[in-house]
Amino acid sequence: MAEFQSYTLNFGPQHPAAHGVLRLILEMEGETITRADPHVGLLHRGTEKLAESKPYNQSIGYMDRLDYMAMMCNEHGYVLAIEKLLGIEPPLRAQYIRVMMDEVTRILNHLLWLGTHGLDVGAMTAFLYTFREREDLIDVYEAVSGARMHAAYYRPGGVYRDLPERMPKYEPTPYRGEKELREMNRAREGSVLDFLDDFCHRFPACIDDYETLLTENRIWKQRLVDVCVVGPERAKALGFTGPMLRGSGVAWDLRKKQPYEVYDRLDFDVPVGTNGDCYDRYLVRMEELRQSTRIINQCVDWLRANPGPVRLDDPKVSPPSREEMKDDMESLIHHFKLFTEGYCTPPGEVYAAVEAPKGEFGAYIVSDGANKPYRLKIRPPCYIHLSAMDEMIRGHMLADVVTLIGSLDVVFGEVDR
Amino acid sequence: MFETFETLFWIFAKIWAVLIPLFLAVAYFTYMERRVIGHMQDRRGPNRVGYKGLLQPFADALKLLFKEISVPTHANRVLFLLAPALSIGPAVAVWAVIPFADGWVVADINAGLLYILAMTSLGVYGIIVAGWASNSKYALLGTLRASAQVVSYEIAMGFALVGVLMAAGTMNLSGIVEAQAGPFWNWFWLPLLPLFLVYWVSGVAETNRAPFDVAEGESEIVAGFHVEYSGMAFAVFFLAEYANMILICVIAAVMFLGGWYSPFHGVPVLGPALDWVPGIVWLLLKAGFFAFCYLWFRATFPRYRYDQIMRLGWKVLIPVTVVWLVVLTVLIYAGVGPWF
Repeated sequence: MAEFQSYTLNFGPQHPAAHGVLRLILEMEGETITRADPHVGLLHRGTEKLAESKPYNQSIGYMDRLDYMAMMCNEHGYVLAIEKLLGIEPPLRAQYIRVMMDEVTRILNHLLWLGTHGLDVGAMTAFLYTFREREDLIDVYEAVSGARMHAAYYRPGGVYRDLPERMPKYEPTPYRGEKELREMNRAREGSVLDFLDDFCHRFPACIDDYETLLTENRIWKQRLVDVCVVGPERAKALGFTGPMLRGSGVAWDLRKKQPYEVYDRLDFDVPVGTNGDCYDRYLVRMEELRQSTRIINQCVDWLRANPGPVRLDDPKVSPPSREEMKDDMESLIHHFKLFTEGYCTPPGEVYAAVEAPKGEFGAYIVSDGANKPYRLKIRPPCYIHLSAMDEMIRGHMLADVVTLIGSLDVVFGEVDR
Repeated sequence: MFETFETLFWIFAKIWAVLIPLFLAVAYFTYMERRVIGHMQDRRGPNRVGYKGLLQPFADALKLLFKEISVPTHANRVLFLLAPALSIGPAVAVWAVIPFADGWVVADINAGLLYILAMTSLGVYGIIVAGWASNSKYALLGTLRASAQVVSYEIAMGFALVGVLMAAGTMNLSGIVEAQAGPFWNWFWLPLLPLFLVYWVSGVAETNRAPFDVAEGESEIVAGFHVEYSGMAFAVFFLAEYANMILICVIAAVMFLGGWYSPFHGVPVLGPALDWVPGIVWLLLKAGFFAFCYLWFRATFPRYRYDQIMRLGWKVLIPVTVVWLVVLTVLIYAGVGPWF
């Protein structure tokens, strides 16, 4: 009788649970995995190299396309590094807007994570529910930046423009009655802040809905509890950040430990897990949804009460207004210089990081004093989490692979860069 | 000579009288699935082809009809094309013994229950052959999972049906329904409640539906045993799966919910008041409830892991049935209640 041998299974990149273009070479014995070898690079676009050939501001749009589920957080990390290099600080209102949009982004990301994680484990309804709420927040993106995904909203020295006074509305179609339309547009009559305020009030009930479907579900718990456990020390050694690290019981959150922008003025908690299994990471992210809602609520209140500039009044880094440019010679020159040559930074190197939804997103810039970076290095959270895949999945079953991929919350725009 | 032809003609007529409604039921079950789950998930489901999307199943069937049936390289051609037939054959054949109403049955045989168990067990060969012949690791994994799962749940299901057999004292399905004659508290679901639940859970598992759909496991092994199938070959698997689902629903209604009897059969006032409703309507209503549960489960539950399904089958369901068979023996000997 032939001896039972292990075999390899090619998992992805064309696979429903590959979350983009993950390719795993799984070495298996029956259903048990003895080795998992992630192959990355299928979505490599050379973001870091491209950034070396264009003025600083023109790379902001590339940042959106890294982790395309946490668009503004990526911009934030990059913009923060430039600001550190230039030694400038944006006006307070811009900082609040950034924090608010970061948290909107966090909710967007966690909603997508929750939906796809549920889908991977086989619960498909949560996916449709989360996308219903995502749609609202994507509309906020559209309202503030004009784009639903790739916003390019943050600028060194502030944000591209102030929050608009109106929300985009649903339009009538043959399939929508007038009453239905009015109901859909109910929260959209006021400004973006009014809409977000309304969202923050109804969103906790939506989170309860998702939790009813999953949190105490026996099957969900059987699939997640004690799957792919990582201890706190090992998590630190592996370079985990964000919910992956907090799920293992390490209370590390850049928003608390190295507060940037106005996070030190806001009131929020950092959830921490205990076991470091997929279920704890799930609970941590669910609580982060609630905490982000809290932060948005506080930002909305502050932003309503405190109008003001949203961009630094320094024509060397931020463009003059359209009107000024039309009849003021100096403004015209500034505008021209800024949009052709950009600005030069002092030589040196900086590293700035933000707490992106998936973990620490950092940008390391080396400048030689030119108007473009000499070298840009991006520190993506997912790439580092993915590199621990093999260690985490050994000895588990094939079905746990998809659970783990969901729990890692990988996005390949960022892994492959 | 002429009489032989006449008999044959009637047999064929009866077969088609079952098959055509069955295929229509499958078509509209898929439509119902998409609409019901659509509503559960806050979306619409198909609503463009025909009035409220009612022609959608036919549009889908037509599309699949025109698709190429591609056979993977190095696949075993004969087995690959035989597998869908192996799968649909038993799924359709079982319907011969199902009584739709009093006397409405194609083959009123005495070993009806045995025949059902035999046919539903045969269905797994289609899956095994499909996975084996596809020459794909994903299909093979799906096949291994499906066969292990179906074989283990067959036992639990068999035991649950043994309970029905003991309670009714006959293997003839019409006889089983007649043994439950009376209002709804007379039906077998009450004295056989644990068996009823075990039967229903194993029925869902047996048809490889959520939350036990590890054999297809969309997000794990893509589509499992039928990953390499396309066009009509795939459609036949699909048809067999849905025919089996409806079958499980109808058998549940026949075995445990009094088949064609109205819920108030034999009750003084309500019973005669509902006599005008034909028996088949009651049967379809009862089966429809189970069909709805199938969809409800699919929209609600995550998927079990392969080893957890096995644990549930062997360590929970089978012991429950064995224990209840003993209890049932005592109940029957004691002649408890209106049932025995």
